[in-house]
Amino acid sequence: MSTDVASPTGSAPAVPAGLGGGGRGGWGAGSIRPVLIILVLLLIAVGIRQPDFYDPPVLLAFLKRAAPLIILAAGQYFVIVAGDFDLSVGSLVTAEVVIAARLIDGDPAATWPVVALLLAFGLLVGLVNGVVTTLLQVPSFITTLGMYLVLVGAVYTWTGGSPRGALSEEFRMLGRRGVDGVPVLGQLPYAVLVLAGVAVLAVLAMRADFGKVLLAVGDNPRAARLTGVRTARVRTIAFLVSGACAAVAAILLGGFGGVSFQVGAGLEFTAITAVVLGGVVLGGGRGSVAGAMLGALTLQTLLTLLNLLGVSGALSSAVQGLIILAAVAVGTLRRRT
Amino acid sequence: MRRSTPVLLAVCTALAVGVVGCTSDVPGASPSAGPSGAGTGETSKFFVQADHDNELALRTKAATGPADKPWEQALDPKTVDTAKYKKAGPYHLCFSNAGVGNPWRQVGFKNMQAEVKLHPEIKTFTVADAESKDDKQISDITDLLGKGCDALIVSPNTTATLTPAVEQACAKVPVIVFDRGVNTKCPVTFINPIGGYAFGATGAEFLVEKVKPKGKILALRILPGVDVLEARWGAAKVVFDKSDLDVVGVEFTDGDAAKTKTIVTNYLQRFGDIDGIWMDAGATAVAAAEAFEDAGKPFPAIVGEDQQDFLKMWQDKKLTAIAPTYPTYQWRTPVIAALQILGGQPVPSPWKLPQPTITQDNLSNFVQKDMPPLHYAMCGCSTLPGYPGDWGGK
Repeated sequence: MSTDVASPTGSAPAVPAGLGGGGRGGWGAGSIRPVLIILVLLLIAVGIRQPDFYDPPVLLAFLKRAAPLIILAAGQYFVIVAGDFDLSVGSLVTAEVVIAARLIDGDPAATWPVVALLLAFGLLVGLVNGVVTTLLQVPSFITTLGMYLVLVGAVYTWTGGSPRGALSEEFRMLGRRGVDGVPVLGQLPYAVLVLAGVAVLAVLAMRADFGKVLLAVGDNPRAARLTGVRTARVRTIAFLVSGACAAVAAILLGGFGGVSFQVGAGLEFTAITAVVLGGVVLGGGRGSVAGAMLGALTLQTLLTLLNLLGVSGALSSAVQGLIILAAVAVGTLRRRT
Repeated sequence: MRRSTPVLLAVCTALAVGVVGCTSDVPGASPSAGPSGAGTGETSKFFVQADHDNELALRTKAATGPADKPWEQALDPKTVDTAKYKKAGPYHLCFSNAGVGNPWRQVGFKNMQAEVKLHPEIKTFTVADAESKDDKQISDITDLLGKGCDALIVSPNTTATLTPAVEQACAKVPVIVFDRGVNTKCPVTFINPIGGYAFGATGAEFLVEKVKPKGKILALRILPGVDVLEARWGAAKVVFDKSDLDVVGVEFTDGDAAKTKTIVTNYLQRFGDIDGIWMDAGATAVAAAEAFEDAGKPFPAIVGEDQQDFLKMWQDKKLTAIAPTYPTYQWRTPVIAALQILGGQPVPSPWKLPQPTITQDNLSNFVQKDMPPLHYAMCGCSTLPGYPGDWGGK
């Protein structure tokens, strides 16, 4: 929760506290308090509807399913807070899962080399996104939209439209299974452990100097540049983080559900919705990574609640759209006042 | 249309840079809500009672033709005279394919290519792949007509849109349509298996037989608005409405394994137990069954399809299951029909192929350990040249 925008290193112009700079306890733009309240309300509602939701195994199973989205939201946060977008993550997830199935082809021995390759591929896609956006000065919306289309087309061409091969049990274990026999909890899913690791790294990164510089770049790139920040490098690193997070999410999703051509469809918008719901301001400079991850958790809780209430899946897309509209509108209002 | 749905989705998502993507086209009805009726929702506008009754009757009709070659068999055949198309070989055969954008179409297309190799009288086989785009297929057909084809096989991407293009082709060469149909009688014959109503009813009847009365059924559909898939669900709905089973939910999965698994997991949490899973296509059947496994629940009675991953799981985990099929061997038949037409022999029109079902009794005949997980067992391809390597097997 490193939302101390008020004192970025690199002495970029600080956001006056009075403008709602987003202190972690505040109510202004970038604050996490609204999302926390929404989350608590939703959790209470889910608990009423499904009393055993708070049994540790049920709760962990829920976290396991939420983990990929939370990780994607964390990655998307780094890009958004620096003032950019990453629309390529959904197709990147699909590409990663399809590549994994093709390369592993059911061979357990290939599991770990392929996992390493997937992470490398995620970083590579992030690097290209970052370099094209910063060095060639293509707006990130267009860069990553292009990357999205490139990946969709490449995967389609490579596979002829249907995934081939198979994931090994060892690969699937990460998204599907967990450490058995943990007292009280029962099974502790690997996905939850991975999520915890990513969350700690993300929070630490935002507390370090890097995080403060990233916020400064997102808040006022020109000022940041004039004070000696290498903005291109910082923004590129944000894309690298997003690519790596997409790779991790793909490994968990592929493990959870198996090979599928649809696995990543629409995830970029779900991740952006989650980030916005978490109080992060589109355009950059305000909001915390904890908020973004809580936003993803809140979104997943909301979808679970809708399901428990018997609302059909179709409506969840509409709900997602309304959240983006409402969050951006409310965020703008809060900044104005 | 059935098999093009993942591609449609992919294309749709690619185009929709909008916030909610294309899934927002789904009608707002919530079939899973409340205990109203049998929980199956309203009858879709796609439901045609006469077609439904006809298909259900065809299931028990004996097919004519060689028993070991179901792709040469026909149900209730009414033949048409083709003497006017008679022509000496060698032949130039053309094929306008809707696409190969899913495993079913890939297996099918392999079958067709291998069938062509069996016939030396086919000198040239020209294929145009429409990549699941109507506009491309329309121009493909026009292009093919300029290439001197002796006969044209069409697997239409969509029914209504491709009809004028097929009519245009009928004026020049004998046309054979298969899989999805067109709204014109001008093709010499239309080849397909019995159809969606039979597929859907077979699975639903199995659940009625295996699940205890008042048992809870979850129906999983890929997406609404596709006629073949609507027919499958329409027939299942008729069966469930007549039964005393409780359909607790009808959900759309987009054919996505992770989404399927999440939906099933949510239903298990919501209802404690689910006794039966009905699916309109088997591609995500393994994911649905895994959700029970991961939740530590006993497997339900489940409807899948003839893909190897599901058949293998069925055998290994001793599932209570059934696999209605939409056989990929139908891709062999158009080539055979084309040669019969060019030879002036009468052909069945329409040519209804048998649509076998995989049950516990014949399961072991269809589990093929060396074939890839997404291979369709009912391919009639094991004696074709290039098998199993060309189909990805070992």
